[in-house]
Amino acid sequence: MGKFTTYLAVGIIGLSMTSTLALAAGTHPVTGEALADEQVFTYRLSDEPTTFDPALAEDIIAFEVMRDLFEGLMNQDKDGNLVPGVATHFDTNADKTVYTFHLRDNAKWSDGKPVTAGDFVYAWRRALDPATASPYSWFMELMQLENGAEVIAGEMPPESLGITAIDDQTLEIRLTSSLPYFPQMTITPITFPLPEWTITQYGSDWTKPGNIVGNGAYVLTEHVLQERSVRERNPLYWNNDATILDKVVGLVINDENSGLIRFQAGELNWTQIPAGQFTQLHEEYPDTAKSFPRLCSEFYSFNLSDSGPEAFKDARVRRALSLAVDRSIITDRIMQGGQTPAYTFTPEATADFVLPEGGMRAMSQAERDTLAADLMREAGFGTDNPLTFKLLYNTRDDIKKTAIAMTQMWRQKLGVQVELVNMEWKTYLNAMGEQDFELGRNSWCGDYNDASTFLDLVTTRSGYNDGRYDNPEVDALMASAGTSDNSAAIYTQVEQIIEAEAPIIPVFHFAAASMMDPDLKNWPVNNVMMTWYSKDLYIAAD
Amino acid sequence: MASFVFKRLLMAIPTLLVLIVISFVLMYAAPGGPFTAERQLPPQVLANIEARYGLNDPLYVQIWHYMTGILTNFDFGPSFKYKDQTVNDVIGQGFPVTLTYGSIAFVFAVVIGSTLGIIAAMRQNSLVDYFAIGLSIVAQVLPTFVLAPILVLVFTLWLRWLPGGGWNGGQWPYLVMPVIALATSHLASVARIMRSSMLEVMRSQFIRTARAKGLPDRVIIFQHALKPALLPLLSYLGPAFVAMITGSVVIDLYFATGGIGQSFVQSALSRDYSVMMGITILIGTLTVAFNLIVDILYTWIDPKIKY
Repeated sequence: MGKFTTYLAVGIIGLSMTSTLALAAGTHPVTGEALADEQVFTYRLSDEPTTFDPALAEDIIAFEVMRDLFEGLMNQDKDGNLVPGVATHFDTNADKTVYTFHLRDNAKWSDGKPVTAGDFVYAWRRALDPATASPYSWFMELMQLENGAEVIAGEMPPESLGITAIDDQTLEIRLTSSLPYFPQMTITPITFPLPEWTITQYGSDWTKPGNIVGNGAYVLTEHVLQERSVRERNPLYWNNDATILDKVVGLVINDENSGLIRFQAGELNWTQIPAGQFTQLHEEYPDTAKSFPRLCSEFYSFNLSDSGPEAFKDARVRRALSLAVDRSIITDRIMQGGQTPAYTFTPEATADFVLPEGGMRAMSQAERDTLAADLMREAGFGTDNPLTFKLLYNTRDDIKKTAIAMTQMWRQKLGVQVELVNMEWKTYLNAMGEQDFELGRNSWCGDYNDASTFLDLVTTRSGYNDGRYDNPEVDALMASAGTSDNSAAIYTQVEQIIEAEAPIIPVFHFAAASMMDPDLKNWPVNNVMMTWYSKDLYIAAD
Repeated sequence: MASFVFKRLLMAIPTLLVLIVISFVLMYAAPGGPFTAERQLPPQVLANIEARYGLNDPLYVQIWHYMTGILTNFDFGPSFKYKDQTVNDVIGQGFPVTLTYGSIAFVFAVVIGSTLGIIAAMRQNSLVDYFAIGLSIVAQVLPTFVLAPILVLVFTLWLRWLPGGGWNGGQWPYLVMPVIALATSHLASVARIMRSSMLEVMRSQFIRTARAKGLPDRVIIFQHALKPALLPLLSYLGPAFVAMITGSVVIDLYFATGGIGQSFVQSALSRDYSVMMGITILIGTLTVAFNLIVDILYTWIDPKIKY
């Protein structure tokens, strides 16, 4: 059995070594652009980060902060490619079940201690220890970590986890089954190393400014709950010379419109645009109002379990409903934020994803409508026997508009009568999780850049298969994709099944519509995961 | 008097107890929980979390632990949502914010409102009266969620005088708009209550006597009329003060002050049981306390009132 050795973007390290002198002159070390004197980036946090502890973090807002305060084995570059983080490179065995990461010897914690393989071992064991009660520990189960599930269940001690420090610079990770995209998953905060000595010393207060020790490019220096968190340059970060931004300020602004006003008042460099306002803002400020595709899908789930309506058990009915939804009206007239119509569950922007040829996407809406009407007739529904069902969504303005639009499309094209039911967020989640719905609004954002992060949701083993779609063929295909050399073809095939069987109605893929200061440079516009690192950004002079 | 205060304090205990139990039960009756998420947690992960926060115990055990925690250590538990924070942290950071802008707004509302009310009453049916009443009606009907954006539009976007929100340690430019927005509607109520009660007092026998004796207006108003006219206002001000210092959701949300009003609503939406309980108890305690203070002030204003 031969060993593959993967070297990643070693050149970047060399590039960063030469930058110190150029910085002093106020120009960008690589592009030569003039830099603003004040390198401070201020942005809107749509909610208070739930924690600064990587093991406990589960929300995107916290993830963004965490990637500045800590650094994992790998990072992503602005196009979403993997680049070295604490690890310079990794090897894997032939069946991709053992990964060996080689750590750089110059990585330091913000208190000066070296970052070692042992810090990763400690962090991973702590993350899965039932006593830590991490809400994100399921992610490590997804990583197929050896004994991961058993440790979470308390059946085996954390020490039995498939992670070993061979020496200070070598980390071995053993998986229960082959996982080609495993390295992609190491950009997630729960995999970041942790300073055991600090956590032991301060206990649950270890993340407070002053106590917290990190290995990222920034250190948390100020935190006012529900108001702001400030992180400043960590001079001990191994690649500090290449870091340009000195300070990053996150201001908690729950209200999107308020965020927009504060952006217009010059208080923020970046904020999100409320639904429906992008088109107008883009006309007014073409350099500032921007929209980037995101790895997220908005879809509607049919309840196919015993508690669901009998009519939905007929694939023709489901398919007809899916075909009759004119996606472009929803993206262009309602959302208006650069969202794209979804004809597959997996967003087109997903790495290595190949769209199925032909099918619904290739048809005109008129053709789709005709086919939909035919299917409904075949299934025995018509004006004399109209299909009726309830559509559940969570209370939010843009979702409501979308739901109403879809209801109208179905009524006009297929004579379907829909009763709209809306619920407050947690109540809605509860109803969806307990299959207490007929057709339910849903959305999903990829955990990593691979089609499986979406398609796993239509397998029976997924805990997020709200509609309880059960197709052994899909299960078998998805199981084989993990070890296949041509997983792309399998994913495409699964999408074809989803289109034919329509267990879900994909409606659109998200876009991040933002107001972004034109002077804020190097934003990873092509990174569909929206993985950004403050260390890569800078403010150009006006 | 002392025995009255003692009795009222004693009464506060069962009142708060009932408040806690009812809130606790209602909170748990709401569907979903703090760990209900878009990505439902695998049962084992959920079990670990529930064990950590004691949510797997029966409800009465949870209430018992909660109560003993408060009484022995003044410990209101950890926040379920903000995993690095305790309820005491959340309230400790948010309450000073609302207390600051709430108190200032209160002073504004009372001083300006009652002045307007008195002037209006003194010059009833004059232009001054119409102006004062007109102003207070406008202020009354203008909801905070309309007034706040207007203020921001004018002072932040057009004039560029004030920051559009935030707190920044409570520096004055950050205080102005929250104070104006919060004070306005209360100011209007104060003015209307003050005007009508002043009018009523001015028509009473003892004022007529004072006038007959030839006392100047100034003395009549400030020495004879003001104190009895304050009585109805006082009953309004007790709860109003509590409402103001515990923050307005709209103001906290719109101006992103980081105040406790925001935490209260957020905690309810995210089912952060412990934070929601903590703030409920805080508001409950303050309400009981200020109602008591108002009752004591009554005896000072009106010697006829005895407890």
